[in-house]
Amino acid sequence: MGNFIGKAVKRREDARFLKGAGKYTDDIKLPGMTQAAFVRSPYAHAKILNVDISEAQKAEGVVAIFTANDACGEYGVPCGWQVDFKNGETMREPKHPLLAKDKIRHIGEAVAIVIAESLELARDAAELVEVDYEELPAVTDPKKAMEEGAPLVHDDWGDNAAFDWCIGNDRAEVEAAIASAAHVTEMEFRNQRLAPNAIEPRCYIADYDVNGDKWTLYTSTQNPHLIRLLLCAFVLGIPEHRVRVISYDVGGGFGSKIYHYTEEALLTWASKEIGRPVKWNADRSEAFLTDAHGRDHVVKSKMGFDKDGKIVAHLTDEYCAMGAYLSTFAPAVPTYLHGTLFQGVYTTPLIHLNVTAPFTHTVPVDAYRGAGRPEATYLLERMLSKAAMEMNMDQAEIRYKNFIPPFDGIEQAGYQTQVALQYDSGNYKGTLERGLAMLGYEDFKKEQEEARKKGKLLGVGISTYIEGCGIAPSAVVGSLGARAGLYEVGHVRVQPTGKVSVFTGAHSHGQGHETVFAQFVADKLGIDMDDVEIVHGDTEQVAFGMGTYGSRSLAVGGSAIIKSVEKVLEKGAKIAAHKLEAAEEDLEYAEGKWTVKGTDKSVSFGDVSLTAYVPHDYPEGLEPGLDFSSFYDPTNFTYPFGAHIAVVEVSEETGKVDLKRFVACDDVGNVMNPMIVDGQIHGGVAQGIGQALLEEVVYDDGGQMINGSYMDYAMPRADDLPMIETDRTTTPCPHNPLGVKGAGEAGAIGSTPAVVNAVVDALAHLGVTDIQMPLTPQRVWKAMQN
Amino acid sequence: MIPAKFDYIKASSVEEAVDLLDKHGMDAKVLAGGHSLIPAMKLRLNRPEVLIDISGISEMNSIVEEGDEIIIGANCTHKEILQSDLVNAHVNILAQAAETIGDIQVRNKGTIGGSLAHADPSADYPAVVLACDSNIEVQGKGGARTISATDFFQGIFTTALEDDEIITAIKFPKVSNGNYQKFYQSASRFAVVGVAAVKNGDSVKVGVTGVADTPYRATAVESAFSGSSDAADHAVDGVEVMSDHFADADYRAHLAKVFVRKALEA
Amino acid sequence: MKITLTINGKQHTHDVEPRISLTQYLREVVHLTGTHIGCDTSGCGACTVTMNGDAVKSCTVLAVQADGAQITTIEGMANGTEMHPIQEAFKEHHGLQCGFCTPGMVMTAADILKNNPSPSEAEIRGGLKGNFCRCTGYHNIVKSIQHAAEKISG
Repeated sequence: MGNFIGKAVKRREDARFLKGAGKYTDDIKLPGMTQAAFVRSPYAHAKILNVDISEAQKAEGVVAIFTANDACGEYGVPCGWQVDFKNGETMREPKHPLLAKDKIRHIGEAVAIVIAESLELARDAAELVEVDYEELPAVTDPKKAMEEGAPLVHDDWGDNAAFDWCIGNDRAEVEAAIASAAHVTEMEFRNQRLAPNAIEPRCYIADYDVNGDKWTLYTSTQNPHLIRLLLCAFVLGIPEHRVRVISYDVGGGFGSKIYHYTEEALLTWASKEIGRPVKWNADRSEAFLTDAHGRDHVVKSKMGFDKDGKIVAHLTDEYCAMGAYLSTFAPAVPTYLHGTLFQGVYTTPLIHLNVTAPFTHTVPVDAYRGAGRPEATYLLERMLSKAAMEMNMDQAEIRYKNFIPPFDGIEQAGYQTQVALQYDSGNYKGTLERGLAMLGYEDFKKEQEEARKKGKLLGVGISTYIEGCGIAPSAVVGSLGARAGLYEVGHVRVQPTGKVSVFTGAHSHGQGHETVFAQFVADKLGIDMDDVEIVHGDTEQVAFGMGTYGSRSLAVGGSAIIKSVEKVLEKGAKIAAHKLEAAEEDLEYAEGKWTVKGTDKSVSFGDVSLTAYVPHDYPEGLEPGLDFSSFYDPTNFTYPFGAHIAVVEVSEETGKVDLKRFVACDDVGNVMNPMIVDGQIHGGVAQGIGQALLEEVVYDDGGQMINGSYMDYAMPRADDLPMIETDRTTTPCPHNPLGVKGAGEAGAIGSTPAVVNAVVDALAHLGVTDIQMPLTPQRVWKAMQN
Repeated sequence: MIPAKFDYIKASSVEEAVDLLDKHGMDAKVLAGGHSLIPAMKLRLNRPEVLIDISGISEMNSIVEEGDEIIIGANCTHKEILQSDLVNAHVNILAQAAETIGDIQVRNKGTIGGSLAHADPSADYPAVVLACDSNIEVQGKGGARTISATDFFQGIFTTALEDDEIITAIKFPKVSNGNYQKFYQSASRFAVVGVAAVKNGDSVKVGVTGVADTPYRATAVESAFSGSSDAADHAVDGVEVMSDHFADADYRAHLAKVFVRKALEA
Repeated sequence: MKITLTINGKQHTHDVEPRISLTQYLREVVHLTGTHIGCDTSGCGACTVTMNGDAVKSCTVLAVQADGAQITTIEGMANGTEMHPIQEAFKEHHGLQCGFCTPGMVMTAADILKNNPSPSEAEIRGGLKGNFCRCTGYHNIVKSIQHAAEKISG
């Protein structure tokens, strides 16, 4: 252990945020900058009969108005993942146009962009664009979208399926095992649609420089290089080396800022057309209507158990909405990020998941915090607690019976699942034991019994999750349909004075990379943290990168940096050996200096750095400089896991759920900064609780979103939540240099079923077996009445 | 998000505000705290040509005791109301309601006059003014008049105010035994159900908000009441109960009974 | 319309359109971009500033309504390089992640503590209900305000 790794080092990025000096995209103003506003469809499904911009063009301050009839109408944004049908048919991949031309396929789809001298004038002019629509019937529910006669989202195919897919063991074998099981637990439910709701709305500024024939796109993205690649190579066909994408501070992402959105491409195109910079910032209504949503699976599941409560087989069929078009990673979410987690932390011998992914008349669905894994975990953890209830077992006991035994991935091999993955290392019962101890489970059970006698509805819910993150080995994901590699880039530039600039392709939008990455770089180099600077979010500073999502920054991005640090030390040793007139193998490196073993002869990192750049007395044949870039492509996913436990009290009168306690014992591998890991867990847990109790995007039958504002879409506020009690066990990841697994999504994955299990537990004696999420007071009250 | 263009006039007296309203008629809107109006204007659901800001009219900004009444100027903010010694001593139920409104920032800026004039069917104050039998003082081109609370609310976002009238003050009789109970809508924190009950011996006056498209006096509860909270079962007698995705009519009716009972028992 | 405001102790006079919100005025005209727009309809609290000492959602105040007012924004909280105790506490207790809601949180915390120097956890949570944070689950924000309260009341 060094000076910084594992310590709760305070964040260096905080000073600027706390003083109001953060640099979010909307804070940037360029000379001559114009403002864009969009004309968006009020219908979910409609023919566009006519678009009349003549009045709008005459409005004050209008610079330009573009519709799909302009050259930009040719372009569409691509999907980054291909999942073909089970029968071999290619995934149906409709054009996702920058502006709708003939047809509207979801409410809020853009028909025209209005660019004016100011935001006010752009909005005023946008109101003058006249669009004639012929409204058509819409379908927003993924299961209904597959019914005979459902309105078609795309006319090119006979039904709404984008693809179908399955994973696991032979279906007939699984069905047979369930048919002969001692006990069968069944569930049908909807893992509801959520709006990610980063508090910073999406914001873009495109700036075309005619003299240099160069574009700069400032964008609130989680992955600037990926946006540049998609924008240049797959949308506009402009040269990648003349496009700079910058994302300085980004106000939260949660997945919703991974994707390449139509507005980014359209602004980039328009900036060249008008020869001026153009900015667009989504207002909150637009965010609800156009940011990619999460979840939206309709699920039907069966799990067979033997008489002792051991799972013998699991069969699930799902309809998973894609929305109107295929967003960047959408096809991967209900498939490779979902079905591959159906093993959970259990020894289930037979598993089969079948997925049908239809288009719907809604905004596209894509990864939202956890992406496929919360949906898998919710299903497994609800099924286990429901089975325990039906078999009159304790929720903890049924899990203990089914856990995969501990393995470290070194002495004991990784665990091969029935659904393609090999888990790296795990001690699943360890987190549950610790979680139950934190809660005081046995005492709680007594308290619950007493409370019930007094008519109080007290419940406890357990969830023991696993997730696959540290995304991902490129060859593996490539074979599964990914159209990109998922390595990361880390570049370490030692300056002549021994100060270190680290360039990472990961992107921080709250995760604290500027602090955490500096912690381990400083430790590995034995220098002060103040001598290490982390640079991210600019394609002209950082060589390349895949960005931040899937809890990958440290496991993949950190590993890339470590590789470069190792190269620095390797070359530094050569220079040090020369200076010390010793053999390299006689040197040891510690606390920022190379020392000849067993002597007091040493040379400092700073001296070696200077020598590397002033190579007067220098090893023969060695290049000057101390500057290395590395690509790290992981050999496996990482598999954080944990146990989340919720205690609730339900009001019999109103059905309102009061979350009394929330306990999380997570294992995210080695921890670089416990303060930041705790913070990640807190935030994830809050979002997971939001899904359990509050959040749901509701479309009516016509495709109108009926709760697209903060007056109607409920998200956790401070008074909805208790303090989150956290602790950890540590099972290092055996296959990356820092032994880390990732912590960004764990909270959102484990928490949701814990809360729902607790509510059902509180009401079990009233005959309640399940309640559809979110568990609003109304739904809970109605469940009690039935 | 930005409203359509409008002219802004800051009125410095009630007379000036009324003159301006009279002059601009339907094209004008009165701006008090702005918490309902400005968002609606930003969404361009509301597009007045003239905005008459009455927040600077100091004569509407006081809380005074006059005999058996507490008179609250229409410009008083929710915060001023909940912190007022006079209100806490004599119309405590109003302070209880004020404390449940929105959040700190909303209470710092939003006003009682603005809330009543807006007549959101889920707002909190209407239940209280009904239960207290308050009088709403208004002034228009034709002079001042008093509208009783029971006559004031006429429908969803609709009141007895004429186009040239503004609320100047609300007169509350002193009440000693009042209680406000609220079930929050989880997103907006408006009332799914809000119940104000003012007891006086064996009689009670009950105002209900959030349940119907117009806040109402639960007269069936009042006539059934003789000291027992079982009268709450009549909370929605003769009422057409609203339905939305937070609470359908059945559940809302149930909540109305639960919260009337709570208010009666408090 | 011509307006004159005192912002963080400094007087500003500008001619503005009546439809410009105080947030837009602060951000676009005075170039104080620490006040953020999250929803622009008073739902999220990211735009919170104090106006004559009280926290308000500046998106729902027209700039013209603020004529003559004393405004404090997040940029006015620190005393030179020395951060306000609330800012210090947020840093010390990891009360922020992406930082976008943070200015509004700090300004709201200032109002909470002004009116209630030693609030309970429930009072802090109640006081924050007009401010969304999507990153922290509020846990460390509440802790930060608890510690700031202790520090301020000494």
